[in-house]
Amino acid sequence: MNFSSFSEFMAMGQHGLYVWSAYGISIAVLLLNVGLPWLAKRRYLQDEARRMRREEKR
Amino acid sequence: MNWTWFHKLGSPKWFYEISGRWLPWLGWAALVLISVGLVWGLAFAPEDYQQGNSFRIIYIHVPSAFLAQSVYVMLAVAGLVGLVWKMKLADVALQQAAPIGAWMTCIALLTGAVWGKPTWGSWWVWDARLTSMLILLFLYFGVIALGHAITNRDSAAKACAVLAIVGVVNIPIIKYSVEWWNTLHQPATFKVTEKPAMPVEMWLPLLVMVLGFYCFFAAVLLMRMRLEVLRRESRASWVRSEVRALTEGER
Repeated sequence: MNFSSFSEFMAMGQHGLYVWSAYGISIAVLLLNVGLPWLAKRRYLQDEARRMRREEKR
Repeated sequence: MNWTWFHKLGSPKWFYEISGRWLPWLGWAALVLISVGLVWGLAFAPEDYQQGNSFRIIYIHVPSAFLAQSVYVMLAVAGLVGLVWKMKLADVALQQAAPIGAWMTCIALLTGAVWGKPTWGSWWVWDARLTSMLILLFLYFGVIALGHAITNRDSAAKACAVLAIVGVVNIPIIKYSVEWWNTLHQPATFKVTEKPAMPVEMWLPLLVMVLGFYCFFAAVLLMRMRLEVLRRESRASWVRSEVRALTEGER
């Protein structure tokens, strides 16, 4: 471990704001890249299933 | 060499089956590697003697910049395969990889700006490396916009392939910008031929993060491509039964 306390870890030697904002932005973008296709897939499957059910009824 | 696998790639059904088997492995590998790399890079790597702790931004900046460039090369290769062998799946790969590449370029540029402020004293400079990366972002936007602008799928595929292949000229410019011009940006951290200019405790977590980012890209790309294959093949009977199987629980 390179830090002796949690507050020292958060402070990152005066660079805390830079380090944490860079990591925050990156993790948010990574999560967005997983979340958006996942939501798109769910929405698509629901629409498709509804369309197929409608066609079966005819 | 046996080329049947290459021809099978032309079959969306085969791709859908095989990618479904790979996806969980890639996803877990990405999660584990990125988590290990994050903790290692943020808490255990020693601080830089000049930059202090701000150097820790390297653990996301370098992997995302690597990926941003590799993905563009992949777009060009997919474009070439699509033009030469008329492989439909190559166009699916090209269209689905472009947004991920654009996001990675965004991460590289944003983390670079946040790193530049404490290190250079400025968020942005019109330096050769930074400017060529910005051009890469615009090339990605170009490919995405072109793909959406043309309704005919074959014409869109051809136009995007040509743009991706022409734009690949920017990749060596990005790579060698730090050597050809006097830039503020530091030279390459990793070189294939030389030992890294960092101690092992610093570059090993970086290597883990780079591998993690590549697995992440592969997993997200397969996720997106699988959905696109379902969309494009929505008339095929195997797709209909797959949709039925996936939505059965909700009925």
